[in-house]
Amino acid sequence: MAGQQRVYKARIRSTQSLKKMFRAQELIAASRIGRARDRVSRAVPYSRAITRAVSAVATHTDVRHRYLVERTDTRRVAVLLVASDRGMAGAYSASVIRETERLVEKLQAEGKEVELYVAGRRAVSYYTFRRRQLAGVWTGQSDAPQVETADEIAATLLDAFKRPGAEGVGELHIVFTQFVNMVTQRPRVIRMLPLEIVDGVEGTSAHTAFPLYEFEPDPATVLDDLLPRYVRSRIYACLLQAAASELAARQRAMHTATDNAEDLIRTYTRLANQARQGEITQEISEIVSGADALAS
Amino acid sequence: MAELEVDIVAADGKVWSGSARQVSAPAADGEIGILAGHTPVLSVLRPGEVRVIPGGGGSPQRWTVEGGFLSVDSDQVTVVVDAARPVAPAGR
Repeated sequence: MAGQQRVYKARIRSTQSLKKMFRAQELIAASRIGRARDRVSRAVPYSRAITRAVSAVATHTDVRHRYLVERTDTRRVAVLLVASDRGMAGAYSASVIRETERLVEKLQAEGKEVELYVAGRRAVSYYTFRRRQLAGVWTGQSDAPQVETADEIAATLLDAFKRPGAEGVGELHIVFTQFVNMVTQRPRVIRMLPLEIVDGVEGTSAHTAFPLYEFEPDPATVLDDLLPRYVRSRIYACLLQAAASELAARQRAMHTATDNAEDLIRTYTRLANQARQGEITQEISEIVSGADALAS
Repeated sequence: MAELEVDIVAADGKVWSGSARQVSAPAADGEIGILAGHTPVLSVLRPGEVRVIPGGGGSPQRWTVEGGFLSVDSDQVTVVVDAARPVAPAGR
C-alpha cells in the first residue's frame, strides 16, 4: 500500500517539472511572437513596391521573360517546404508536411518529377528517416529567418529554374504556413514560378492603374533585375509568415500542455490522498482487530 | 514648389520616408537626379550612393546601396534597395 503512495508522489513531481518546462516554452513563444509579427509587417512595404513595379513592367511591355513562361523542356518541378526547427508546436510541422505530401502526390500523378527543398529541421528529419532524396536543406533559424537565408534559398531555386534542358525545373511551388491570426494558421501552397503576377493584396485593375513608365536601361533588363528580387521577397515573406505561425502554434500547444499537466497533477493528488486514507483505514482496522483478538 | 514623396525600403523594413526636394540615385546608365514633375521612370540601380535632399531644407541624407531599383510615378518616388547603409553627413 505504501508503495502505491510513493508511485503517485513520483508522478506528481515529474509532471510538475514538465509543467514548468511547458510554461517556460509558452512564455518564450509568447514573447517572440510580437517581434515575428513586426517583422512580417516591416517586410510589407518592400514586397508591395516590388509587386507594383513588376506589374507595371508586365502590363506595359510584351517582354517574354523566362520566369513568366511555362517551360516545356523539362518534367521536373521543385517544391520548397517551410517547416520548423523544433517540435513543441503541436501539429504545426505535421500539417505542413502533410500538405506537401499531398502536393507531391498530385504532381507525380501529373507525370512530373519532384525535387524537394526543405527548410526546417523537423521536416528534414522526417524525410531523411524515410530515406527520401532532398535537393536542398536549410536549418537553424526557422523562428527568426534572416534576409540572407531567403536570398540563399532564392538563389538556389532560381539556379535550378535556370538550368537548361531536362536538368532544370519547370515549376516552383512553396508550401508554408500562413499566419492568419493568433488562433488560425493555415498551411498554404503557392506556385512561385513561372510567375503569375496577381497582386493578392490590392486587386489590381491593371488597365488604368499604371502610368506609362520609361525604363532604364530597357524593359528586358529591368525585368531581369526585378523578377529575381520579386521571388526573393516572396520567399522571405513566406519564411516570416511561417515563423510567426510556428511561434503562435507553439504558444497554443504549450498552453494546452500546461493545462493538461495541471489536470494530471490534480488527478494524481486525489489518487495519492485516497491511497493514504486507505492505508490509514487499514492500519486502524488491523489494530482494532488485533486488540479485539487479545481481549476475547 | 512641389515636393516629392519618397519611400526608401529594404527587404527587412522601411529605411526612410518623407517629402524631399530632390533625389539622386545611381541608375543603370549613370547618375539620375529627380525633381518634382519628373516623367514616370522605372530604373535599375547600380551599387552606389542614394542622396535625398529633404523638403524642409537641411543637410542631404545619404545611403550607400548595393543595388536595387527606383520607380518614379507622379512625384511618388520609391527606392527599393537590397541593403542601405547610411553615410554620415560630411563634416561630422
